[in-house]
Amino acid sequence: MDFNDSPAEAGFRAEARAFLERHTELLAPGETPPGPFIGEDPEAVRRSQAWQALKFDNGWACLTWPTGFGGRGLGPMEQVIWTQEELRYRTPVNIFSIGIGMLGPTLMKHGTHGQKTRHLRKMARGDEVWCQLFSEPGAGSDVAGLTTRARRDGADWLLEGQKTWNTGAHFCKWGVIIVRTDPAAPKHKGLTCFIVDMHSPGIEIRPIRQMDGGSGFNDVFFSGVRVSDENRVGAVDDGWRVAITTLMNERAAIGARGMTGFGPADLVRLAREAHGPRGKAIEDSAVRARIADFHVRSAGLRYTTYRTLTALSRGETPGPENSIHKLVGAPLRQQMAALGVELQGQAGAAMDPGYGAQAAWLAAPGMRLAGGTDEIMRNIIAERVLGLPAEPRTDKDLPFAAMRGNRS
Amino acid sequence: MNFDFSEEQKLLRTIARDYLEDRAPLGLARSVLESQAPMSGELWEGAAEMGWLGAVIPESCGGAGFGHAELVLIAEELGRALAPIPFVTSAAVAEAILVAGTDEQRRRYLPGFAAGERIGTLALAEARGVVRPESVRTRHRGDGTLAGTKVGAPDGAAANLALVVARDDSGRLVLVLAELEEAVRTVDESIDPSRPSAGFTFDGTPAEPLGNGEEDGWRVLRRVLDRAAVVQAFEQLGTAQRAFDLTREQILDRHAFGRPIGSFQAIKHRMSDLYAALEIARSNCYFAAWALANDGPGLALAACTARVAATEACNEASVEMVQLFGGAGFTWELDCHLFYRRAQNLALALGPPGEWRDRLVDRLAVDHGLDASGRTEPAAAG
Ligand SMILES: Cc1cc2nc3c(=O)[nH]c(=O)nc-3n(C[C@H](O)[C@H](O)[C@H](O)COP(=O)(O)OP(=O)(O)OC[C@H]3O[C@@H](n4cnc5c(N)ncnc54)[C@H](O)[C@@H]3O)c2cc1C
Repeated sequence: MDFNDSPAEAGFRAEARAFLERHTELLAPGETPPGPFIGEDPEAVRRSQAWQALKFDNGWACLTWPTGFGGRGLGPMEQVIWTQEELRYRTPVNIFSIGIGMLGPTLMKHGTHGQKTRHLRKMARGDEVWCQLFSEPGAGSDVAGLTTRARRDGADWLLEGQKTWNTGAHFCKWGVIIVRTDPAAPKHKGLTCFIVDMHSPGIEIRPIRQMDGGSGFNDVFFSGVRVSDENRVGAVDDGWRVAITTLMNERAAIGARGMTGFGPADLVRLAREAHGPRGKAIEDSAVRARIADFHVRSAGLRYTTYRTLTALSRGETPGPENSIHKLVGAPLRQQMAALGVELQGQAGAAMDPGYGAQAAWLAAPGMRLAGGTDEIMRNIIAERVLGLPAEPRTDKDLPFAAMRGNRS
Repeated sequence: MNFDFSEEQKLLRTIARDYLEDRAPLGLARSVLESQAPMSGELWEGAAEMGWLGAVIPESCGGAGFGHAELVLIAEELGRALAPIPFVTSAAVAEAILVAGTDEQRRRYLPGFAAGERIGTLALAEARGVVRPESVRTRHRGDGTLAGTKVGAPDGAAANLALVVARDDSGRLVLVLAELEEAVRTVDESIDPSRPSAGFTFDGTPAEPLGNGEEDGWRVLRRVLDRAAVVQAFEQLGTAQRAFDLTREQILDRHAFGRPIGSFQAIKHRMSDLYAALEIARSNCYFAAWALANDGPGLALAACTARVAATEACNEASVEMVQLFGGAGFTWELDCHLFYRRAQNLALALGPPGEWRDRLVDRLAVDHGLDASGRTEPAAAG
């Protein structure tokens, strides 16, 4: 067991630092890296793309991707070292985690040669940003219940329906969509995956305002949107397998991001400053106990990542046990932010850019829903890690069109 | 970075597991629980033969000279087996002598620990509640004898040597080693009779200072407890994992309402949360083991973190175990109560979880260049 960098890792870390030193600066103490989501500001999108291009041109983007697709073919350890270092520096918000983290790997696994050569480099350099078009108003956790249709029209397909909660759709060039191609088949069997140009005629994108006031995600409407069969990913009616690849990568990507933002050390600072009912809040044993438990979970997740990395660097594949990052991390953020707000007393009712607890608290519920809710994570762990039986279900083998509430 | 145990260490763990499956089925813990015996003497001898009792004791002092990574893995396996022996407590005293004793003390005491003749306990508390410097009244007098009363010493029934925190004539806190045959022992009616604690009355009991007596006794004690906490966290982890595994088997097997109870979401979700708590504890334990083996500045925080995480996981796993076994879980006949009892026993042995949470926050503050103000313990200590 050795927690220190090996000489090679230390060398790699030094290279990463040298690049970051040249192009940006360290975060000030207490300053946190930007969160994962983005609002409407087109200037922020441009800054994010410029930073990605700079990284790509200097060999610091998509480190684990094969060299043929613009990566460096490095291992997960190097990726983490890079991420650790990048998070210490002031950088623009990252708008590529869906594309590079989830959709890129999906194309690598299921895409055609043509699709890979056309898209992956541009995705890696951030020249073209990608969004995920899975959820619908009637299908989220149970995404296989989706009803957006694709019908053949000569050599093309015509898309009809609505997607929702699509992060970044308003600034993306491409989307990966799952649609129903055979309503007569059971729900998981009649789905197909496509790449869609988000600027195609017939697509309408309407931003949705989130509870925290931002607008990171959108409703996306499709009316007669023409997609060439060349843009099909995987076989017709085999889209569920493709979707699973994306969802697996989604959970891994969310885990790899690690715990940033308002955290235990911020709570210690705040509790030293704010008064509780008897002296400073830091002297209140109830407050201390909660901070301690937050640290336990936050440190535990960090070290869990290191355990996973160690397994990955031996060639083991990441499995469903990765779901604990989301299951533990998302409620943890919410609870830490809530305590941060509470410790401020009446003053806590005002948005406070200093500690950022209020903003973190308002954004936190989204993390518990996006990419599979807490409850779905628990189902995955129970069934896929612990081997507990699935709940009996009535929807699996019936033709999709025959089920109550499904029209097409 | 390599955040896992080596192949040799894992092999040692496998050997320990095989040995314990053979020699220490759960029935062994039960037999001690149901008898007046303070421990399983046979398993203790076996542990000595296997080299476990001398795991971190240097070969020059009769030990096996492994390292802390090996020590914690043995502790984990003993936890898994609910082994009715005072391994971790006694190792804590040996460790105290190793890190704070004089050369002469190491040579005098440690071979006995490695051979299993010496069995240590920690005699710290004198009343209900957390042990604080102000609560220590036991005197270590100028003539080298102890006077005072200690309660709830972990594994106190089996021990023959105590590490005692006391005050010297000038009122300074000191750590001393006391031969227990010269003390009056009251074996507790323990919540976990498979590992019974005891109280001691010292009245003219000979005791020698640990080390040369120059360092502040409280600081040394915190260091000793931090190190012990890491080892015990592994024991707790082993116990928690075993409780979890047995519970998982039970809920797959037991049917109600026409299906296995493990298919009900209310139960699955609790198992998933428990799994997460166990993984969090395991990861914190691994980090603490590394910090212990390297004795770095991060050890104090890592020890608190592992201790809190493992205590939580072990308590939760044992509580859920009883609940998910249903009425049978509440019987004397099933083993659930062995886990329920042991988990609480271990949670108290090195001081209750609240105390460790409190210390954790001090440590966290120090690691961020802050002082968590107003505390009795100086922030720079340990
Ligand atoms: C910030 C954010 C960003 C997102 N970005 C994207 C994106 O880019 N692309 C995209 O396609 N989607 C995106 N989503 C959608 C997200 O994947 C869904 O919101 C999520 O899967 C939940 O689906 P739902 O909203 O339909 O809720 P529902 O599935 O209706 O769930 C409602 C409640 O029921 C619970 N529930 C559902 N099924 C079960 C079950 N079997 N057992 C127990 N409880 C259950 C859920 O946990 C939840 O609490 C995003 C969501 C958010 C919040």
